[in-house]
Amino acid sequence: MQEITTKIKAFLARHIQNIDLQDEDDIFALGFVNSLFAMQLVLFVESEFGVAIENEDLDIDNFRSIKAVAGLIERKTAARI
Amino acid sequence: MNIELTTQQKHDREAFRAFVQEEIMPRADQYDREERTPPEIIEKVARQGYLGAIVPGEYGGGGMNMITFGLLNEEIGRGCSSIRSLLTVHSMVEHAIVRWGSTRQKTAWLPRLATGEIIAAFGLSEPHVGSDASSIETSARPEDDAYIISGQKRWTTYGQIADLFLIFAQCDGKVSAFLVERDTPGLSVEPISGMIGTRASMLAALHLHDCRVRKENLLGGRGFGLAAVATSALDIGRYTVAWGAVGIAQACLEASLQYSSERKQFGGYLKDHQLIRQMITRMIVNVKAARLLCYQAGDLKDSGDPRTIMETWIAKYFASTTAAQAASDAVQIHGAYGCSEAYPVQRYWRDAKVMEIIEGSTQIQEITIAGYGYQ
Repeated sequence: MQEITTKIKAFLARHIQNIDLQDEDDIFALGFVNSLFAMQLVLFVESEFGVAIENEDLDIDNFRSIKAVAGLIERKTAARI
Repeated sequence: MNIELTTQQKHDREAFRAFVQEEIMPRADQYDREERTPPEIIEKVARQGYLGAIVPGEYGGGGMNMITFGLLNEEIGRGCSSIRSLLTVHSMVEHAIVRWGSTRQKTAWLPRLATGEIIAAFGLSEPHVGSDASSIETSARPEDDAYIISGQKRWTTYGQIADLFLIFAQCDGKVSAFLVERDTPGLSVEPISGMIGTRASMLAALHLHDCRVRKENLLGGRGFGLAAVATSALDIGRYTVAWGAVGIAQACLEASLQYSSERKQFGGYLKDHQLIRQMITRMIVNVKAARLLCYQAGDLKDSGDPRTIMETWIAKYFASTTAAQAASDAVQIHGAYGCSEAYPVQRYWRDAKVMEIIEGSTQIQEITIAGYGYQ
């Protein structure tokens, strides 16, 4: 879980600068997410962690924070095993 | 690093080129003049499998990789930007369904879209909304087992003949995407004519008055319509437009090479005049550079790399501005003939202007790409 969190944080840090983003910070509420960035985030999760984001995963609550994205990846990975 | 097409990709490119040379180029000016794409050529394009190029094989498509799909768009764009725009909008809707559709939606639509049995169009732009897509005014409200959609769409490419529309609407204050069939009661289609370029792409205005669509026609979940469905579809659209712009620029180069080798002024061929050579050089270099940017964007798509999103913006920005400059120079080289219907360069010039506006205007790109630079 820690490794997943670190990778997500590193990806977000490239796009969201000058902010020390905490695991539960709401990146939508903070105004960091536009539609282009949301798409890049989806592609990042898929390519970095080898999971397929599907229609039913397209819930803002799954992408709201580092913790939420990490939780989504864990669930998707567990379902694959 | 080795930037080289595979043997199969080279073979496919030759096949695309031969088809365009034989079936599209001889009649593209006529389509432009008549502001219409005849059904016969659409059937021929469909028979080649081009309308199902990016649909997975399990749904009857070609399952084409993104580099080959790019080559297809360059070659079709070299012949006729209107037919390339059919590939663009049809593929955008297919991609949205492939990427975000339910199994039921995929099974219902993809096989028919892949064969060209039905044509799809993309309904995002509105009379008052262009670049600011999140401000669309078309609305959808849930009612029983359906959504009721009302509003207006404009500049819908191939809207005149499309059987299926991907319509974006505000639903509970968030943008959502809906598959709307042409025969839905309350939907009327009004042809738009007199456009400056891509004149054969059969644009339409769509009027939706209390259109009732089934709940299962919602694509991609409520509220994620713009972020996921529109963005990923527009990414594919932008990619095809970038390649199509390379096609226009290549057509300008080929026309200019030929004309300047045949036309004599001041006792010598135009090609022997230094300022003509300057324009030819600019075309050669920029076409190659634009194509390389498209290769990069396509390669990143094939590997699922998130950088493809912004690299596609960069490719489209450079390719569309290159096409506009190349077309302007091509008309200049052709002189008065270039301003007439005797040569296709005037069509390239008009079509190239459109490329600077669609799938992200040059100005929106200049803002967005700079933002990417500051990341």
